[in-house]
Amino acid sequence: MDLALNVLEIIENDPKIGISEIASLTGSLDEEIQDCINKLEMSGIIRKYKTVIDWDKVSGGFIYAIIEIKISLERETGYRVIADRISKFQEVRSVRLISGDHDVSLTVRGKSMKEVAFFVAEKIATLPQVRSTATHFVLKTYKEDGVLLREPEHAHRLSIVP
Amino acid sequence: MKRTRISDLVQSVPPSGIRRFFDLANQLPDAISLGVGEPDFVTPWHIREACIHALETGYTSYTTNQGLPELRGEISNAFHRDYSVDYDLNDEILVTTGVSEGIDLVVRSILNRGDEVIIAEPCYVSYKPTVVFAGGSPVTVAAKLEDDFRVTADHILEKITDKTRAIMINYPNNPTGATMTRKDLEEIADVAINHDLLIISDEIYDKLTYDGKHTCFASLNGMKENTIVFNGFSKSHAMTGLRVGYALGNSEIISAMTKIHQYTMLCAPITSQMAAIDALRNGDVEMGKMMREYDRRRHLIINGLNNIGLNCFWGKGAFYVFPSIASTGLTSKEFAERLLLEKGVAVVPGDVFGDSGAGFLRCSYATSRDDIKEALQRMEEFLAQIKHTVQYNVV
Ligand SMILES: Cc1ncc(COP(=O)(O)O)c(C=O)c1O
Repeated sequence: MDLALNVLEIIENDPKIGISEIASLTGSLDEEIQDCINKLEMSGIIRKYKTVIDWDKVSGGFIYAIIEIKISLERETGYRVIADRISKFQEVRSVRLISGDHDVSLTVRGKSMKEVAFFVAEKIATLPQVRSTATHFVLKTYKEDGVLLREPEHAHRLSIVP
Repeated sequence: MKRTRISDLVQSVPPSGIRRFFDLANQLPDAISLGVGEPDFVTPWHIREACIHALETGYTSYTTNQGLPELRGEISNAFHRDYSVDYDLNDEILVTTGVSEGIDLVVRSILNRGDEVIIAEPCYVSYKPTVVFAGGSPVTVAAKLEDDFRVTADHILEKITDKTRAIMINYPNNPTGATMTRKDLEEIADVAINHDLLIISDEIYDKLTYDGKHTCFASLNGMKENTIVFNGFSKSHAMTGLRVGYALGNSEIISAMTKIHQYTMLCAPITSQMAAIDALRNGDVEMGKMMREYDRRRHLIINGLNNIGLNCFWGKGAFYVFPSIASTGLTSKEFAERLLLEKGVAVVPGDVFGDSGAGFLRCSYATSRDDIKEALQRMEEFLAQIKHTVQYNVV
């Protein structure tokens, strides 16, 4: 199996894992793994090492909303310009160009519903290219980026099996 | 005195050596187990979903004895794609209730009383009893560490008599993790052709081959007619409890097996057959993920065992490793029992899988990396402890 793919699969699930452990899992030398990761970082394939947090469990945590936006494009600029502009707000967690009824989908995070609602009304809806917005507040997150936000299920196995 | 109601035949088979360990381990619910011969993954959700859908839409009846035609079709396609062997779904494929049933069917189909089956050891615990229950006589051939646990043609030749009917092999192997190359298998195939023997090839771990490529025995020149291949979904798709597998081979033997199957089993459970169809159609992605994770654990555990001083052979398949404990001076049973009682780590003594497994342990890496690391650490402590007592005894 390709070493870079193997390393990516390992650290996508466990970014805290050490170099020598990756080396032992893949049958490589520490230097080979370090070199491989350096290349992946430098080429921008690895963007960042992140943590999945269940903010629902934290008092004073965050409110999330998904905002769908319709855009009217100007003659000389594409979606890129407006997407870049929206991306700069720290409240905005993700920005995606999507197919279907709307053009762009955002995830926005704030301390309260009111804060998020005002942010959308004042900062996003007022942008000249934005024709309309639809705000959907997230009530509960069950799975985030491939991670179930509850106890994982275990196989119900016997302890010794031939 | 009251007469026993149990037949001589059944009485002649000793109780499974694994049973005692099972009972012991069960008294220690917190023990870390490297003793499990099944995946720690739950069946992938899309396959479980297919079971649920099958139940919801009323698939709760018997199927044809040979199994759902759609499933046999998918199996036929898979073998054409993976091994370029073509099986006719009408009379060369039988869907069974796991490979376990299939092996029982084949030996009952081919053996007359006293006929011999050569079995490569160490092997899966059911082979010998299954042959005995069929009235046959198991003759074992040791696959040795110095041959990388591959059974050799020379050793098989020594055991052939005019009563020999078949050779039973299993690669990738439970319990050693050994695999065979095409050339290794060709040498066995020559023996089979020259002595007109059937090859019974249990290839249930074929998809868990980490180094090199698995060769299906039936894909060797002239061997499709002389081989019954067994495979299933228990290991590759983490479906042990669903009980579904299959046998592939020439129509004469498959129809004999079907004759027994139709009267004793009728058919494999339909829910599981529906799941198996989905596994073959849509299961490659999840299977690949599980396989890659097993491979990482394989590196972790083999390196780990070698580092703590237990010499471990680099198995290339299945999810077992077979370290030698010769250096400790303990027998496999003593080692395994003390490790369990003193350190809470369950492994299986190698001689449970045949005499040639004496001096080895079977450790399964179908368990989480954290558990493997913890088990290795405790084994290291245990080794230090017994080294200490051994030296002490000498003084
Ligand atoms: C070599 C071998 N064959 C067959 C089986 C049983 O397979 P099934 O679940 O298909 O009956 C096992 C299970 O451990 C095995 O290791």
